[in-house]
Amino acid sequence: MNRFVSAAAIALAAGTSASAWALGPGDEVRGDQVYVRCMACHSLASDRVGPRHCGLFGRLAGSVAGFEYSPAMKNSRIVWNDKTLDRFLSDPASMVPGTTMTYAGIPNPQERADLIAYLKHANGTSECASSQQAGAH
Amino acid sequence: MTFLQFTSPTAARRVFLGRSGLMLSSAAVALLAGNDALAARNAGPGSNDVRILNTALGAELEAIAAYQLGAESKLLDKPALDLATTFQGHHKAHADLLAETVIKLGGKPAVAKSSYGFPVDQLQSQADVLKFAARLEQGAVSAYLGAVPLFGDPQLAKAAASILGDEAMHWAVLRQAIGEPPVPSPFMS
Repeated sequence: MNRFVSAAAIALAAGTSASAWALGPGDEVRGDQVYVRCMACHSLASDRVGPRHCGLFGRLAGSVAGFEYSPAMKNSRIVWNDKTLDRFLSDPASMVPGTTMTYAGIPNPQERADLIAYLKHANGTSECASSQQAGAH
Repeated sequence: MTFLQFTSPTAARRVFLGRSGLMLSSAAVALLAGNDALAARNAGPGSNDVRILNTALGAELEAIAAYQLGAESKLLDKPALDLATTFQGHHKAHADLLAETVIKLGGKPAVAKSSYGFPVDQLQSQADVLKFAARLEQGAVSAYLGAVPLFGDPQLAKAAASILGDEAMHWAVLRQAIGEPPVPSPFMS
């Protein structure tokens, strides 16, 4: 992780574009560390400042029952998948102007791939299974 | 010396309040509350800056509730309890200032939720509570780091960076308290 952060910082300082990183397959273990950045506002199983991430893949953006979304997100018509998540995570406000996810984004495509791999893995765990079961009742 | 090794909680509290809380508050108030020109430049309840401030306010309100949970858990002994109370006070100061600024900019400040889904069943010891708090503080640092470049007004970005610094100190002290290296890397992300 430290090496990752340093690489990002060096690339930023040197003006290297995000595409300069060689993109490998997403790694859920590294993605777990990237997910820490999301944890001020998000968790897997419950809604916080941001909506829960269990059930994310295939979900229509702005559709978690009881969560108060921005009109921008509600009307975005985005369905969350690898591609839409990658685009959103790179620059949330650019993809959904007016979103309350006021976060500059993750410029490193490898980190985004790792984060998406983590979210996919997490969605298959018992934590998400039980939370979705509870939500269905 | 770790925070938990202070000879008295009062001494620890005095050190933390003296070194960070009060100075941060006065600097932040000067940056935001006293700057009417800022309000004129960024007026409008739907402005981007108001959205950023309200998202931050929502997270601060949750942090206040989380520290309240920790304080009432009976899992924290006196030095750690004092730490939690002090940090909760900082989050209250952040929240007050953010709410005030949202109002100044013509927006409606976010309010605390009636309940938060904290993982209460996973908090069985003092270490659990401090680790939980440390993770929240780390997340808060990342959130402010991600928000700072988005502000339209550089004075607001500066004030948010001031809060970021405070949250980073919380994170470091909590890590130290649970026996982890307080500053694990040269960069935050």
